[in-house]
Amino acid sequence: MEPVIEFTNVTKQFKGFAVENMDLQVNKGFVTGFIGANGAGKSTTIKLMMNLLRPDEGEVRVFGLDYATHEKAIKERIGFVYDGNVFYEGMNLKDIQRIVGPAYRHWDGALFRQYAEQFELPLNKAVKTFSKGMQMKASLALALSHQAELIIMDEPTAGLDPIFRRELLDLLQDIMLDGERTIFFSTHITSDLDRIADYIAFIKKGKLMFNQSIHEVAENYGLVRGSLELLDRDTEKLFVHVDRTASGFEALTSDVRKTEDVFGEAAVIERASLEDIMYFTNRSDVQHV
Amino acid sequence: MQIILSNQSKEPLYEQIKNQVVSAILSGEMEEGKALPSIRQLAKDLHISVITTKRAYEELEKAGFIYSIVGKGSFVAEQNLDVIREKKLKVIEEQLGNVIRNSQEIGLSYEELQDIMKILYEE
Repeated sequence: MEPVIEFTNVTKQFKGFAVENMDLQVNKGFVTGFIGANGAGKSTTIKLMMNLLRPDEGEVRVFGLDYATHEKAIKERIGFVYDGNVFYEGMNLKDIQRIVGPAYRHWDGALFRQYAEQFELPLNKAVKTFSKGMQMKASLALALSHQAELIIMDEPTAGLDPIFRRELLDLLQDIMLDGERTIFFSTHITSDLDRIADYIAFIKKGKLMFNQSIHEVAENYGLVRGSLELLDRDTEKLFVHVDRTASGFEALTSDVRKTEDVFGEAAVIERASLEDIMYFTNRSDVQHV
Repeated sequence: MQIILSNQSKEPLYEQIKNQVVSAILSGEMEEGKALPSIRQLAKDLHISVITTKRAYEELEKAGFIYSIVGKGSFVAEQNLDVIREKKLKVIEEQLGNVIRNSQEIGLSYEELQDIMKILYEE
């Protein structure tokens, strides 16, 4: 598997917060969804990916190149899709095209007009009059028009209505058809990931908890419910975190097979959703890889 | 070839795809040499992730139902239909054995059993 983004032991310190010893690989031709609670370090990680922040330690390579010597070459090939409008508000898409286009070697004006048409974006109207969904589309059209191979998106679906979210997901599946593009995007809306993500990277308090294919996640994690008598010091070791109530317990395991061996039919074991995994992992202070 | 997925099913999505492709091949709907949709096209059409269709195809390939040519796609492999038929027949014989044993336990005659079978078969 060819990595497009490669973090090796990356550390970035801030006051009271740090991304620590992060090793992360993003595979070419696939969609990686990046999840984590607010303040877990998602935006910091994305900024490190874009060289908007430099690591204190470790190395970030994109397309196998390092930023110190190949920044321009790397950025040519990345499309960064922001949440909301990052352009001068009074400008229309024609003006923006005139400014952004020459900055890229592979800018394709005809392709841009084609996307603008496909996304139903008016070229002569000020971007500030666009809805949030249209601004997102404009940002995506710009990214695609310089033939970006790697599309990085920070919370692209936040604040969008369900209809537009679906349209966006369809569009992303469209651009993945040739297998040459890679998408990395952070989100809170885990149902978006159920649909298109191939890999899930999960960050908690600046640490990467896992980066697994959706099959590995489904095969490893499970939600377990049962009566309180089943819990003791040994069986609790199977769980990431346990919630107890008077009527029983609910817990997350990261080793479904072993849990099935131990409890057999005595407990109910179901597939854990990404939301379950985020919730229970954030409630636990046990670190696991 | 039609593939209908259920999100509620306990069966993982890639299994569902695999089983439906196998049925299409065994029923003769998908003939030898026929091209399957590309992994990415199928993922897009079914609104699921690429890695899911990829896994389904990998397992179909492992089981000998399809083969892939780099840059060209995946195709229905030559099936040894006699062997598959033989296997199915064996399973049917075993199941019928159970049916007969159960019938004998409650004293059902061969004719009565045949009647039930006839009704069910024609449904």
